[in-house]
Amino acid sequence: MSMATPIVTPVEREDYLNKEYGIASWLLTTDHKRIALLYLISITFFFFIGGFFALLIRLELLTPAGDLVQADTYNKLFTMHGQVMVFFFLIPSIPAVLGNFLIPMMIGAKDLAFPRINLLSWYLYIIAGIMMLHCILTGGVDTGWTFYTPFSTAFSNTKVIEAGLAIFVSGFSSILTGLNFVVTIHRMRAPGMTWSRLPLFVWSHYATSIIQILGTPVIAITLVLVVAERALHLGIFDPKLGGDPLLFQHLFWFYSHPAVYIMILPSMGVVSEVIACFSRKRIFGYHFVALSSLAIAVFGFLVWAHHMFVAGISVYAALVFSLLSYSVAVPSAVKVFNWTATLYKGSIHYDAPMLYAFGFLGLFTIGGLTGLFLAALGIDVHVTDTYFVVAHFHYIMVGGALMGYLGGLHFWWPKISGRLYPEGWARLAALIVFVGFNLTFFPQFILGYVGMPRRYYQYPGEFQVLNVMSTAGATVLGIGYLLPMIYFLWSMRYGKPAPDNPWKAAGLEWQTQSPPTTFNFEKEPVVTWEAYNYDEIDTGHKEEVKVVG
Amino acid sequence: MSDSQATAQTSVHEDLHSPALLHHFATEEQQRNASSFGMWIFLGTEVMFFGGLFVSYLIYRLWYFGDFGAASKSINAALGGTNTAVLICSSLTVVLAIWAAQTARRGMLLVMLALTMLFGVAFLGIKGIEYKDKFDEHHVPGASFSFQNVPIPGHPDQYANPQHAQIFFALYFIMTGLHALHMVVGLGIFTWLFVSAWKGRFTPEYHTPLEIGGLYWHFVDIIWIYLFPLLYLIDRHP
Amino acid sequence: MFDNFPLWPARASTAAGNVDALYIFLIIVSGMMTLLVFTAIIIFAARYRHRRGVLAEQIEGSIPLEVTWSIIPLGVFMVIFVWGAVVYFHSRTPPRDSTDVYVVAKQWMWKLQHAEGQREINSLHIPVGRDVRLIMTSQDVIHSFFVPAFRMKQDVLPGRYTTAWFHATKAGTYHLFCAEYCGTQHSGMIGDIVVMEPAQYEAWMSGGNTGPLSATGEKLFAELGCATCHRSDTQGRGPTLQGVFGKPVQLQDGRIVTADENYIRESILDPGSKIVNGFKPVMPTFQGLVSEEQVNALVAYVKSLSAASAVKTNTAMAQPTAPAKGNQVQ
Repeated sequence: MSMATPIVTPVEREDYLNKEYGIASWLLTTDHKRIALLYLISITFFFFIGGFFALLIRLELLTPAGDLVQADTYNKLFTMHGQVMVFFFLIPSIPAVLGNFLIPMMIGAKDLAFPRINLLSWYLYIIAGIMMLHCILTGGVDTGWTFYTPFSTAFSNTKVIEAGLAIFVSGFSSILTGLNFVVTIHRMRAPGMTWSRLPLFVWSHYATSIIQILGTPVIAITLVLVVAERALHLGIFDPKLGGDPLLFQHLFWFYSHPAVYIMILPSMGVVSEVIACFSRKRIFGYHFVALSSLAIAVFGFLVWAHHMFVAGISVYAALVFSLLSYSVAVPSAVKVFNWTATLYKGSIHYDAPMLYAFGFLGLFTIGGLTGLFLAALGIDVHVTDTYFVVAHFHYIMVGGALMGYLGGLHFWWPKISGRLYPEGWARLAALIVFVGFNLTFFPQFILGYVGMPRRYYQYPGEFQVLNVMSTAGATVLGIGYLLPMIYFLWSMRYGKPAPDNPWKAAGLEWQTQSPPTTFNFEKEPVVTWEAYNYDEIDTGHKEEVKVVG
Repeated sequence: MSDSQATAQTSVHEDLHSPALLHHFATEEQQRNASSFGMWIFLGTEVMFFGGLFVSYLIYRLWYFGDFGAASKSINAALGGTNTAVLICSSLTVVLAIWAAQTARRGMLLVMLALTMLFGVAFLGIKGIEYKDKFDEHHVPGASFSFQNVPIPGHPDQYANPQHAQIFFALYFIMTGLHALHMVVGLGIFTWLFVSAWKGRFTPEYHTPLEIGGLYWHFVDIIWIYLFPLLYLIDRHP
Repeated sequence: MFDNFPLWPARASTAAGNVDALYIFLIIVSGMMTLLVFTAIIIFAARYRHRRGVLAEQIEGSIPLEVTWSIIPLGVFMVIFVWGAVVYFHSRTPPRDSTDVYVVAKQWMWKLQHAEGQREINSLHIPVGRDVRLIMTSQDVIHSFFVPAFRMKQDVLPGRYTTAWFHATKAGTYHLFCAEYCGTQHSGMIGDIVVMEPAQYEAWMSGGNTGPLSATGEKLFAELGCATCHRSDTQGRGPTLQGVFGKPVQLQDGRIVTADENYIRESILDPGSKIVNGFKPVMPTFQGLVSEEQVNALVAYVKSLSAASAVKTNTAMAQPTAPAKGNQVQ
C-alpha cells in the first residue's frame, strides 16, 4: 500500500499529510488522523488475508468431496478466517479508522484525549497482528474462532496458545481505543457541543466503547485461563479433571456476543450520517436513534447464552435468554424505522455512500429478522450450528458492518485524502457488492434449514447446488471488494482535488479544510447550531463557524 | 499487566512531561479531568478482568464446596492476614503522600512514597514465602500436584477430592498471581512518582499523576480485600 | 425438487411439524416486515429524489410513531417468543416410558446401544411411532447429535449426560450429523438414522441380540463388587438401589436431589460429591476403571431396578409394539 505517500495538493496548503515526511513522522505520530491511516493500511492487509482464507473455503465447498485441501487445512482455514476477520478486521475497522479520524473533528477537538495511548493501541494491534501472522505461518490453529473447550485445551494439536495470546494482545488495543473515545467524548467537546448536538456517529461510538471497555477484559481473562489450562492442565475447563466446559462458553459469549455490536454499532453511526446528508435532512427521531445505540450496548450484555440453547443449559435459563434476546431486537428495529422515515420528504441524492447505506439497510434488515428465527428457541434447536447461523451473522457482520465501513470510507474519503474518488466506479462497486453478497449468503439460509452443519469440509451431494451458488456469489463479492481498493489508490494520485465540503454536509469535520491540518481547527469552534442543520445549509442561511479567542 | 503499566505511565508521563498545558487540551482543568476520568474507566476494565475470575471461583466454590474449604485451609492465613494489614497501611501512606503534595510538604511526600513502595515490596516478599510453602507442599497444580487424604472441614471421615482441590489452587495461583503482577506494575509507577517528586515536579496546584497513581494503588488493594476472604478465610472457625 | 437442490428437509418426526409451522410463520412475518421496509425505502427514494429547487422538509420526529413502532414489533416478538418456547419445551420434555438408546460420541464416531442390547456404530435403527430417548455422553470433546429430518439437535458433552428425544413418524433413512466442531474428521462424523416399520424393526431387533443392556450392567455390578455394599435389603454399607431411580434422595448436607441418570453417573465416578444421608463416604471412585459404555450399562441396570414399579403404574402407556423392558430384567 502506498497510502503513506504524501500528497501534494495543487494549492500548497499545509495539512496533516504534507506537514512532515519520513517514516518516523508516521510511526511516531500522535496525530489521530495519521494513526487512523496507519490502521487503515494494517486492517486492509488483514482484510485481504481473511478474504483469501474465505476464498479457499468457498473453493473447497464447490464440490461435496474434500478434494482441494486436507481436512486439517480446511479446519485451519475457517478458524483463521474467523479470527483474522473478527479480531483483526471487523472489531478495529470503523472505530480505529473512521472513529479515530473523525471523532475529535466531529466534537471540535484537536485530538483524542490521550494521543500517545492512541499510538500505543496501534502498536499493540501490530504486535498482535505479527503474533497472529507468525501463528498462521508456522502451522496455524484449528479450534474454530470460538476456542471451545476441551477441544482447544486438551485435544487440538495446533498453535492454540499462540493464537490465544495474539487475540489477548489485540484485545488491549481495542480496550485502549474505547477508553480514549469515552474520555474524549466526555471531556473534549467544544463549547456548545451538547450531548443532544452530537452526531449520531459519535453516539454510536460511545456505545461501542462501553462494550469494548467492559466486554473485552472478560475475553482476555478467558483466554488467559485457556492458555494456562492448555499449558498446565489445571482442570478449570476440562471435565476429566473436574472442570466445566460450559463455563468457558459462558465466559466466551459474554464478550463475543456484545462483540457483534462492537462491529455493527459504528456502522449504524456511519449510516446515520450518510442518510442525513444525502436526504438533506435531520435524522428522524434523533434522540431515539442515539439512545437505541446505548440500549443495544446495555442489553447486548444480557443475551449471551442464546448461543448455547442446545449446549446443555437448563430449559429455564434458555427461556430467560430467549426472552432477553428480543430486547435487543426492539432498538435495532427502531433504528431501521427511523432511517426509513428520514427518507420521507427528503431530497435524496444517489451518490455512492448513499448506495452503500441503502445496501446496509437492506442487508441489516434481513440479518436482523433472521436473528428473530435464532432467538426463537424451537427454531434455534434446528438451525443453530448450521449454515443458517453462518448466513445470519454474515448478513450482520459483513452485510451490515462492512457495508457501513465502505460507505463511510467513500463518504469521508475526500476529507481523509483530499481527493475525490471516481463516482461511476464507486456506484458500480456498491452494486456489485450488494448483488454478490446476496448471491453468496442467501443460499446459505436455505442450506442451513435443510440441515447442512457449519464447519463441514465435505458434505452430502444434495447440498451441492446451493454451495455452488454461494461460491459463485463469493467470486462476485471478491471483485466488488477489490474495486474500491483499486480506485481509492488510483484517486490518491489522479483523483480531482476535493473541496473542503464536497457533499455540503453538516458536521464540524466538514468545516475543516480537506485534508485537515494537524490540529484540525485553527481556533476552537463554538457550536451554536443543532446537529444535521441541513435546512440552514440548503437555504443559504447557514451560520458561520463561530470561534473564540 | 503490561497494558496497565503502559496506560498509567503514559498518562502520567503526558501530564508530567510538561506541567504546562498539552497542546490538544483547552484548559488545565480539562486536562486534569481527562486524566483521572481515564483512570476510572481503566479501573472499570480491570474490574471486569478480575470479574471473570471471581465468577469462575464462585461457580466452583458452589460445586465443590467442601473440597474448596479443605484446600483453603491449607493456606497460611496468618501470612495472608499480615499481607492484608500491609496493604491497608500502604493505602494510608498513599493518601498521606497526596495530602503532603497538596500542602507542599516535599519531605513528607518523599517519605510516604518510599513507605508505600516498602509496603509493596513487603507484600510481594510475604507472597513469595507463601508460594514457596505451597511449592514445598506440592500444592502447585501440574504433574507433581498432590492433595491426598486431606479431610473436608466438618466431615472428618471424608477426604477432599484432589482434582477439585487442584482447581482451587489453579484459581488461587492465577488470581493472586495476576494481583501480584498488578503490584509489580504499581511499584514501577511509584518508583517513577518518587523520582518525579524528588525532582520537585509536584506542587499543590499540580499533582495529578499522584492522584492517578494513587487510584491505581487503591484499586489493587481493593482487589486484595476481596481475594483474602475468598481464598484464605472461607472455612476458618474460631 | 431436484435431488441435489433441496429447499426443505424431510419431515419425519412429531417435532418437525411444530418447528416447520413456527418457521413458516416467521418467514411470513419477517417477509412482511422486509416488504414493508423495502417498499417504504423504494417509494421514498423514488418519490423524494432530489429535484432542483425543491428542498427537503425538515421533520423532527414523532413520539407516537416511535412508540408505535416499538410496541408493535415487541408484541410480535413476544408471540414468536412464546411460540418458540412452547415448541422448545415440548422438544426438551421426554414423555414417560420412552425407549432408551445410549449414545457415546468420540472423535469421530457415534457408538449407540439400545436398552435391549443391540450395538450400532454410526447408524441407529428405530421403529416408526415410538418415543425414543437418547442418553448421550462423549469420551473426548463436545459433539452434537443432529438429525435434520427430526429437527432435533443436542450437544453431547464429556463428563455428563445430556438427553434428547424424538418420535419418528415416517420410515426412511435420514442424515445424522455431528453439529459441534470436534476436530479433523468433524464432517466425517456422520451416520444414518434408519426409521423402520414396527414389524421390520422387530425382525431387525431379534437378529444377533446379546441381551438387554441392563443385564450387562447387572453382571458388571456383580463383577465390580458393587453388590457387597449396595445390597437389595437395607443392611448394606451403601444405600440400597432398589427403586431409587427417579426418586428424590436426601443427602448428608441436607440437599435433596433427584436420582436421574446424571446422579447415578456421578455417584459411580465421583462418589464423594453427593453422600446419601445416613451413610459414610467409603465408596471408592470408579473413574478410569470403567468405560463410558460400562457406565451406561450400570446406569441401565440401576434404572431397571425401578422399572418394574414404573411399568405397573403406567400400564396404559405401554404400546403393543414396545417390548416391556422391565420384564426382561426380572
